[in-house]
Amino acid sequence: MATQHSRSAARAMMAPAVFLLLVWMLVPLILTLWFSTLDYRPLRGTFDCCEGLGNYVRFVSSSAFWDSILTTLQLLGGVLLITVVGGIGLAILLDQPIWGQGVVRILVIAPFFVMPTVSALVWKNMFMNPVNGLFAHAFKAVGLEPVDWLSQFPLFSIILIVSWQWLPFATLILLTAIQSLDSEQLEAAEMDGAGPLSRFGYITLPHLARSITVVVLIQTIFLLSIFAEIFVTTGGAFGTRTLTYLVYQRVIESQNVGLGSAGGIIAVILANIVAAILMRVVGKNLDA
Amino acid sequence: MARAVTTQRKIVFTALAWGIGLMIFFPILWTILTSFKTEATAIADPPVFFNFDWTLENYRVVQERSDYMRYLWNSVALALGSTFLGILIAVPAAWSMAFVPARRTKDVLLWMLSTKMLPAVGVLYPIRLILIQLGLLDSKIALIFILMLINLPIIIWMLYTYFREIPGEILEAARMDGATLKDEILYVLTPMAIPGIASTVLLNIILAWNEAFWTLTLTTVNAAPLTAFIASYSSPEGLFYAKLSAASTMAIAPILIMGWFSQKQLVRGLTFGAVK
Repeated sequence: MATQHSRSAARAMMAPAVFLLLVWMLVPLILTLWFSTLDYRPLRGTFDCCEGLGNYVRFVSSSAFWDSILTTLQLLGGVLLITVVGGIGLAILLDQPIWGQGVVRILVIAPFFVMPTVSALVWKNMFMNPVNGLFAHAFKAVGLEPVDWLSQFPLFSIILIVSWQWLPFATLILLTAIQSLDSEQLEAAEMDGAGPLSRFGYITLPHLARSITVVVLIQTIFLLSIFAEIFVTTGGAFGTRTLTYLVYQRVIESQNVGLGSAGGIIAVILANIVAAILMRVVGKNLDA
Repeated sequence: MARAVTTQRKIVFTALAWGIGLMIFFPILWTILTSFKTEATAIADPPVFFNFDWTLENYRVVQERSDYMRYLWNSVALALGSTFLGILIAVPAAWSMAFVPARRTKDVLLWMLSTKMLPAVGVLYPIRLILIQLGLLDSKIALIFILMLINLPIIIWMLYTYFREIPGEILEAARMDGATLKDEILYVLTPMAIPGIASTVLLNIILAWNEAFWTLTLTTVNAAPLTAFIASYSSPEGLFYAKLSAASTMAIAPILIMGWFSQKQLVRGLTFGAVK
């Protein structure tokens, strides 16, 4: 149907986008790859060639790396658990016939639109501050010792903040998916005597499986590169240094570019593994 | 009888949903309330909720901080600039992929998406270095470009899913009625494409406004937007709850309102069409 002429016009229309994205992806990545083989410390003026894989070995064999991997996994696991379980619950709740459903939905999704630095700072100061925070007031009111959340339970606190930001996303997507569920199916099951639990387990949950996968994968990609929330709360202290933050510190704060670049490449590889899985899920949908 | 049960059920679920909804919204509500308090009432124990002397003092003070307007302007310029540029580049690309699909269109789309998944920290140093070499560190132009690039895959993807919903037959019908190519584009395609483009613009403004990696790591003074302005309150001497709240309220209000309008598009845009 499409003529030769319209095809070449189409290619010309795509060219700027493809070219820009190609440059944006390749140039910095190749530079990072190159830096990762150097002893490159700008503050000391060293720019020496041929470390080979030395930076990678040093980066991976430092305890900071494994700590950061553990922290990243804990952050990821915690946030995913809270947002997916909470999201399913909220989506089912919001799908029920209730008064003011539209308003409740607006309230629930609001946190997603709050810029990361604002949500992190509001939680840090106005809720988790050990002297003036609302949690401290509440603890004192019931006769408990106030807790300095961000230094006593730093990772938990950050998980809480990030979950608050991402719960709306999970809820919104799962709600969209639930609403596409044929209610007749549920009614039929109910008439056949299926209780709420088996209706959920045998109908709702399988129906949601694909959306849950999408939520998990997309959140994983965004959560792997969480930055602002750590930057303004703990600055990576108290065991909240994720892989992203560790690389940032190596490259920008201690200006060990060679070592940090090796870490950056490792982060890229790890993210690509997740991305490849996501692509397969999204790609399948493209055929449908 | 059955009716009584459903009403009862509805009351219980309504109460539960509103309770949870208000709990989730509470930090935002609290921030807005605190922004109208004096610094003393802001940290009062026990906390006061509504019965305090409302004041606009914090908003006045924050705006008078000589530089607030610059941060605000930078945020507006970055969000609108990157969105406009992105749309300009994405519309033709998405258009051609939707209407003249080639064998490799799907691969191109997926590849574009994969660039979005590159962890930013992996390329932070080279980007900084390039900007320093070009004398563009801490410049709005550079950030507009970067924000455009990180969101370009989402823009193209979203536009593509919208364009694909425009039926091809309608073009044939127009052609049969004697429409020229110009007529086709002007009177048939554009009106059908505008809602999709509008939603894409909206979502992209939200994403660009809230972006907080590049804006924090590539700016110092001149190009810093509100994300960086708010981050400057994290230093200990910046512990002014009421003023932090006023600054925060101003930073999130426009986006909150836009976000509520774009709930539906959000799902489509952020799941790359995988959930509709």
